[in-house]
Amino acid sequence: MIAFIFRRLLIMIPTLFVISVISFVIIQLPPGDYLTTYIANLQETGEEVDQAVIESLRVRYGLDKPLPVQYFKWISGVVVGDFGQSFSLNKPVGELIWERLGLTVSIALVTLVFTWIIAIPIGIYSATHQYKLSDYFFTFVGFIGMATPAFLLALVLMYCSYRWFGTGVGGLFSDDFIDAPWSWAKLADLLKHLWVPVAVLAVGGTAGMIRVVRANLLDQLEMPYVVTARAKGLSERRLLVKYPVRVAINPVVSTIGWLLPQLVSGAVIVAMVLSLPTTGPMMLTALMEQDMYLAGSFVMLLSFLTVIGTLISDILLAWVDPRIRFERQEA
Amino acid sequence: MTDTYEHPEPSDRGAPAMSTADEKFFLASQWRLMWWKFKDHRLALVSSGVVIVFYLVAVFCECLAPNDPLKRNAQRSYCPPQRVRLFHQGGLRRPFVYPQVQHIHTETLARTYTNDTSTTLPIRFFVKGDPYRLWGLIPMEWHVIGLPSGERLYLLGADRLGRDLYSRVLYGSRISLSIGLVGVTISLVLGTIIGGVSGYYGGAIDTVVQRVIEILRSFPTIPLWLALSAAMPADWSQIRVYFFMTVILALIGWTGLARVVRGKILALREEDYAMAAKVCGVKEFTILMKHLVPGFLSHLIVTVTLMIPGMILAETSLSFLRLGLRPPTISWGVLLQDAQNIRAVALYPWLMFPALFVIVAVLMFNFMGDGLRDAADPYSH
Repeated sequence: MIAFIFRRLLIMIPTLFVISVISFVIIQLPPGDYLTTYIANLQETGEEVDQAVIESLRVRYGLDKPLPVQYFKWISGVVVGDFGQSFSLNKPVGELIWERLGLTVSIALVTLVFTWIIAIPIGIYSATHQYKLSDYFFTFVGFIGMATPAFLLALVLMYCSYRWFGTGVGGLFSDDFIDAPWSWAKLADLLKHLWVPVAVLAVGGTAGMIRVVRANLLDQLEMPYVVTARAKGLSERRLLVKYPVRVAINPVVSTIGWLLPQLVSGAVIVAMVLSLPTTGPMMLTALMEQDMYLAGSFVMLLSFLTVIGTLISDILLAWVDPRIRFERQEA
Repeated sequence: MTDTYEHPEPSDRGAPAMSTADEKFFLASQWRLMWWKFKDHRLALVSSGVVIVFYLVAVFCECLAPNDPLKRNAQRSYCPPQRVRLFHQGGLRRPFVYPQVQHIHTETLARTYTNDTSTTLPIRFFVKGDPYRLWGLIPMEWHVIGLPSGERLYLLGADRLGRDLYSRVLYGSRISLSIGLVGVTISLVLGTIIGGVSGYYGGAIDTVVQRVIEILRSFPTIPLWLALSAAMPADWSQIRVYFFMTVILALIGWTGLARVVRGKILALREEDYAMAAKVCGVKEFTILMKHLVPGFLSHLIVTVTLMIPGMILAETSLSFLRLGLRPPTISWGVLLQDAQNIRAVALYPWLMFPALFVIVAVLMFNFMGDGLRDAADPYSH
């Protein structure tokens, strides 16, 4: 098992390296750099642009160097935890992103748990009541959930709360707590606001998960061991929970791998609609303003999260299912 | 009386007895079997019908839209949807709408609309209206539905500039539905070639391709798309933005297809007929394209069908965030930009109508894909 984890970690290193390069290249794609945007903004407001000042800024930010040098400077900082400086906010990137990234991750994780809590029982119910009215109902709701983009759902939810309660549901904190240091009261306040994005995000994932659980359980229910157990007189409930459900839930573990990137993606876009203080809105402005270290760090760290999510799901899967463990060793 | 004489089936004498149903089954081609199986899936069949209707609308949107989608009209800014009615002063009429009258509040300058119920505006078919060019080429001026004598029909209300939302949604379907098709086509070409090569040759090529796919897939799509869309210069023409968007969408899409193709090729390569072709001296590429690809074409079609709704949603999301297509291009995502402001939506809820079209289109594609998936393997029961 330890050898398996070690090997997976080793494979991860080149992947992470390539991701960091791609992230850097992507943020360099737009023509010009932060300073051209900065100059354009100055000119728009009618201010004088001093060429000498611009040149000195360019040297200070290292924008006059060739790209590989810029990349190397950035990445060698990243390794020791220095993500560079945000141009527009004039603060170290490290200071800006961790809290937002933490909130994004917590939203994704809470959503993941929430998805399981809802999807697994419904999936089991749907499979044991196959082709009944309730099964059709859940299937239909599931498909609608899959077809509705998260941002639209967020929009509808905001519209409803605005219409009937007269307040927006945006944000993650009440006004009193936005700048307050972390405390139990702030945490409680966060939980009060968290349900909106979590509910919005969970819908898409839940719909897919219900179908996975249902299909797996249907396969298991046809197995001879179920018939045997029933013939031996086990009560339906015990029979269900003790054997087929346990096997059917197995593949759910592997869904962390694809659900996590989906949730991170969704969280980014929902955050923009609901104006949550997570990665989404800040990344968007950083991308627009070509604030390259900030934007690049966001893109890179979000992708890292995905890789780590896949790793965790692989390890869990190997832990749950010994066949995978041994197959990999032989290969 | 009708003729009851039955002609004996020819050439069947020596064969073992087989019911006609069985015989039909055994003689049917793979595609025919798939069609039979697909036909049994009612929901999928209905959905395919709806999808076809959507695409027909997209193709002929200029004729079907009652108005020019770009024509502004200050007199009808944010006017609500006009209800189509059948009864006027107690009598049954042909479908009609009441003319809307705009009132501007003297202090708040807020616009309100009331119906003038003294007269009716009958809805006519094939009426002359705003001139347009069908597919940008053929000049025409008749519309399938509309109001006579230059009146404008607002079935789904108007936006801030008084442009007809219904016409805009119809025009938007052209961009929104086609962007998925183009994106999928690019993915299909890339995925088949790269996945095919990777699966057929194996070895080092396979390892490299698999690594690349793994890395590409580990990028969360939305941040990646955001970053790439932000790279689009603001001065690009509409057409260039459109194609760039399809390329962005295809960038991730091909990886899934390449995996399907590779897996299938790995399995089919070992089949006897592939070996036979090789022994006969058929060129490798010909074996791949002529003998192996048809073997999993049906699976490919299913994967592709299930990819299109994802692309439609992606375009909508990106355009909604103002990172994809931009006005004056009309797509469902661009139309939803107006719904970003929650106060505007609360006052003018019809701005959310494009969302309904997005959801229905995506839903129908999913149902259709589901039916195709069941039908793709006609030999299983």
